[in-house]
Amino acid sequence: MEHNGFIQEQKTLEGDLNSDTSHKNSVDFLMNWFRKRSIFVLAYGTGCGAIEMPPTFTSRYDAERLGIRGAATPRQADVIIVSGYCSYKTLRRIIRTYEQMSNPKYVLALGSCTVNGGMYWDSYNTIKKLEDYMPVDMYVNGCMPRPESILEGFIALQKEIGEGKASSWQKYEENYEFYRKNQEAVLGKKVEPSYDADWYLYDGGL
Amino acid sequence: MIVVDLLLMLVVAYAVGFLYYGLYRNITARFQRRFGPPVWQSFIDSIKFFFKEESTSHGWMFYLGPVIMMSGAIMTLFFIPFFTVGDTFQGLSQYGNAFVILYLLVLGPLGNALGVGTGGSPFGAMGITRGLTRLFAMELPFYIAVIAIMSLSGSADIATIASEQTTFNAFAYPLLFIAAMISFIGMMGQSPFDVPGAPVEVYSGPASEFSGKFLALLMSQSAIFTFAKLVLMVHLFLGGASGFLELLLKTFILFIVVIAFGAIYGRFKTPQAVDFLLKVPTTIAVVGLILATWS
Repeated sequence: MEHNGFIQEQKTLEGDLNSDTSHKNSVDFLMNWFRKRSIFVLAYGTGCGAIEMPPTFTSRYDAERLGIRGAATPRQADVIIVSGYCSYKTLRRIIRTYEQMSNPKYVLALGSCTVNGGMYWDSYNTIKKLEDYMPVDMYVNGCMPRPESILEGFIALQKEIGEGKASSWQKYEENYEFYRKNQEAVLGKKVEPSYDADWYLYDGGL
Repeated sequence: MIVVDLLLMLVVAYAVGFLYYGLYRNITARFQRRFGPPVWQSFIDSIKFFFKEESTSHGWMFYLGPVIMMSGAIMTLFFIPFFTVGDTFQGLSQYGNAFVILYLLVLGPLGNALGVGTGGSPFGAMGITRGLTRLFAMELPFYIAVIAIMSLSGSADIATIASEQTTFNAFAYPLLFIAAMISFIGMMGQSPFDVPGAPVEVYSGPASEFSGKFLALLMSQSAIFTFAKLVLMVHLFLGGASGFLELLLKTFILFIVVIAFGAIYGRFKTPQAVDFLLKVPTTIAVVGLILATWS
């Protein structure tokens, strides 16, 4: 069979997934199982990481075999991928998008830029640590991470979801003041992005 | 007794619908040289959405949209008998004929239009506008073909039409079948007529503002509706079925043909789709109607 290697790879990837036993009761277990096997991804393509996502989701690496597929809108998504450095302007949109998603929601951050600023560590208009502004469930480091690493990151995230440990959305709700303070420190009092005509009429740009 | 019958029909349509949807994703993946998701992936997706929390609110009409769509799909299913013989899986078919089914086919999209219209998402409104524009063009050849079949069989009863075919209508009146088939590809939401929910143009269109349980409801109704439409086509053109094996075989062959078209062709623009549907299949259906009535 020409697909044998492929099936073996999938078994290796999924072997880790099926080993979790830490669940409170059977309903929790079932809910988490369905959640981990079906992940709709909102790929927010910022920075260089955007180019690594098309091969992850299309024919070469085919994330759909693990139940991971793209979502069209934030309303339908479970996971948002922040794929690299975030300028202040982008951060507004990311926060807005994240807040539009319905619970439970998870964040996957790609690349060193989201961990500590990466090569943009002294830039005047990018944020350094994504975790200061919104919660992150899983980091995939590298500059940039290859699709294989992204898939491994997804598997690790699925494992955490299956065990019920991935709960950044609760963390965001509980520590909202902390996150809001950090957001306002770089974005000003009005964190939400402006739409339509008001950006040049009222806000002085941005 | 009829309640049990209806419930069983619903269960079968739900299970087979989701199985077909899973196969659709898997087979499309093979067309694209991918491994593809497992066949139960669509079912897992819909159950997961039932477990999600609702965070949006657009008033009650918005939430009635998926409910009306679901009732449209279920009512369509109930009026289509699964088998041409026997007493089981007949549903409400003795109380309604093909006219009722043709009417119920458009109930869902119209109800959804009311719901999505109150949602405020521009992509939803764009998707609905595209969908309803396409619906006008899509119905014309399909209705001509179905009405021709009804007048040729001398009956509007689905089971009678199905059981009276000595040679399948698809082979006896090939032009009518081709015209209805082109429309049917659009009804199944496949390329080249998948303009309402075009992923990179209007971001899943009518479904763009729905999340959680309502999206799960939309997925479930889509699975049930898909099976109902397949059974309708099998009855009208492929001689119906007398048992589950025959029904599943015929619907699956029809389904494979439809998704093969969907996997091969690109998407029309909305005006192109309307132009094509109004010119090509409508002409084929009218010629088929004339030929069938003359001979």
